[in-house]
Amino acid sequence: MTTSEKYVTGAYCVVFAVLLVYLLIMALKLQRLEREVDELAERVPDEDAEESPREPARVG
Amino acid sequence: MRRIPLPALAVSSLVLVATALVFVFYVAPNDQTLGFSQRIFYFHVSIAFAAYACFVGGAWKALRHLWKRDPRADLESYVCIHQGLIFGAMVLLTGSIWAKISWGRWWVWSEDELVLFLVLYLFYCAYFMLRFSVDPGPQRANLSAVYALFGVVLIPVSFAAIRLAREFLHPRVFTLHGPNFGGWILVTYCISQAAMLVLAYTLYRLELGGKRLDARLRDLREVLA
Repeated sequence: MTTSEKYVTGAYCVVFAVLLVYLLIMALKLQRLEREVDELAERVPDEDAEESPREPARVG
Repeated sequence: MRRIPLPALAVSSLVLVATALVFVFYVAPNDQTLGFSQRIFYFHVSIAFAAYACFVGGAWKALRHLWKRDPRADLESYVCIHQGLIFGAMVLLTGSIWAKISWGRWWVWSEDELVLFLVLYLFYCAYFMLRFSVDPGPQRANLSAVYALFGVVLIPVSFAAIRLAREFLHPRVFTLHGPNFGGWILVTYCISQAAMLVLAYTLYRLELGGKRLDARLRDLREVLA
């Protein structure tokens, strides 16, 4: 591999490395958003559970 | 206007980038003067135009914010400029590598086109400092929009500097009579340019989607608090 070829390959690798880092940051951000959605979903009262009539408890 | 779905955009950018790479390394001939190193040109110039397009897009959205008071325009302008900075970083890095091969130096301070692109880049870096030094609200949106509009003036200056470059003769690929090359070099350049523009738009849409989701979650959290 000549010096010129090494530099050209390096330049293209740099482009893909920058894009990869950017996509990694975006993926981490989406993960955080997903976690936050889950947290919010837990805080919202479960309407179905409140509205549905309770099953009669068995005695004995 | 119906928007192209994000997965379709992602697939298009992947196909275009892969095709561009095949053309760059297997189809395009070696340049007679610059040799193999000229192959950096295909992505370097395409990325530079994509960065300019992002900055112009940011200024256009800023204008829409100031003129039409479009509530979505501020965030769209911010994301455009953020994309421009990512692509700008790639221009500086690939340009620096090309300078090392052609001129034997990573950076030449006496070259106007290099320094002016760096000035443009730092100008947009300062956009983020300004934006995050003001509390969110109409004032921040207005200040950011005015700043983004000022920045767009630097783009023709940066582009013209390449024409005025003398010392090391930065290659002039576009003249008033059209591109300075033809055949497979032109075809490869066009594919690379399309790939970079579609990639920039895909990343813009991806980031914008994330930022909108983030804003909506913040609102929801406030309601539930």
